Amino acid sequence: MSAPPADTYTVGGKADTWIGRIRDKAVKAYPPDRLLPDSQPAYVASWAYVFGALTLGAFIVVLLSGGVLAVEGPAWWHKSNAGLFVNSTHLWSTELFFMFMVVHLWAKFFMAAWRGRRKATWITGVIAFAVSIATAFTGYLSQQNFDSEWIGTQAKDGINSTGAGAFWNVLNFGQMLMWHIVLLPLLVALVIGIHVLLVRRRGVVPPFAPTQAQLAKAGLGLATNLAAPASPLAPQAPADSLPGDQPELLEDQS
Amino acid sequence: MGLVSGTSVDGGTALFAALVHLGGAGKYIHWGFVQISLANLIVIAVMIVLFVAAIALPFPRHETRRK
Repeated sequence: MSAPPADTYTVGGKADTWIGRIRDKAVKAYPPDRLLPDSQPAYVASWAYVFGALTLGAFIVVLLSGGVLAVEGPAWWHKSNAGLFVNSTHLWSTELFFMFMVVHLWAKFFMAAWRGRRKATWITGVIAFAVSIATAFTGYLSQQNFDSEWIGTQAKDGINSTGAGAFWNVLNFGQMLMWHIVLLPLLVALVIGIHVLLVRRRGVVPPFAPTQAQLAKAGLGLATNLAAPASPLAPQAPADSLPGDQPELLEDQS
Repeated sequence: MGLVSGTSVDGGTALFAALVHLGGAGKYIHWGFVQISLANLIVIAVMIVLFVAAIALPFPRHETRRK
């Protein structure tokens, strides 16, 4: 690399600034092919692995439809055909967002997806789920109709009984609307962003390795499995996996 | 009159109107101390069907690349 022009102000050498250190750590943790991979391990070729991406897609539709609702306002979304359509799009994309997220949660739970240093990925997913519920709840309060009034009056006692009513007043429409369209979406997007980055960092969790009984049933003993790692029954960790990512060989409990 | 009773909609809108009347009182299922709305029960059933289908159905595969 050539030296900077003499009239260019530079501070020290490489990574001598906090921005430089952050940049170097980010590039090291997320090289381009890890940040935006165009291939995945073979075991990802299953419908059980698509629900995370579907959740993300539904979330984008939620944000876009919510943005249109914010531009046009409640008279439009209650009275006009286009407004009713976008309002329904916002509702049903939210329904799909939660359905996909729950199926994603089930799939990851039964895969024990916190294996291989993926605890933070699991925890951020749980936080995203909880914050999403709060966001949806404030959405019900922001509809500007009798339904939202009913939900608000029913919810206030429950919220007040927790003590949270002191700073979370479900009858304060302005406060609930601001939480719904500003604070909570930012928080959900932030947590989902961290979650996706952790998935990129740690990789998609591999399935459980077959048990010895399953290997024996398939005509493959333990020694055969170890000697021939290319066995179609033995899932392989991705080449760039981290320590602890190796598929686990379960003890036969039967 | 469209498919949604009490709502005046033209033919084009009627195509997209709800097939089930959504303006009435909700239906609830009671089972001992368990009470759940029919709508929520349907959503849970759909999620279970999705989950089972995701495990059972084969995923379309194509030629894989190897590094």
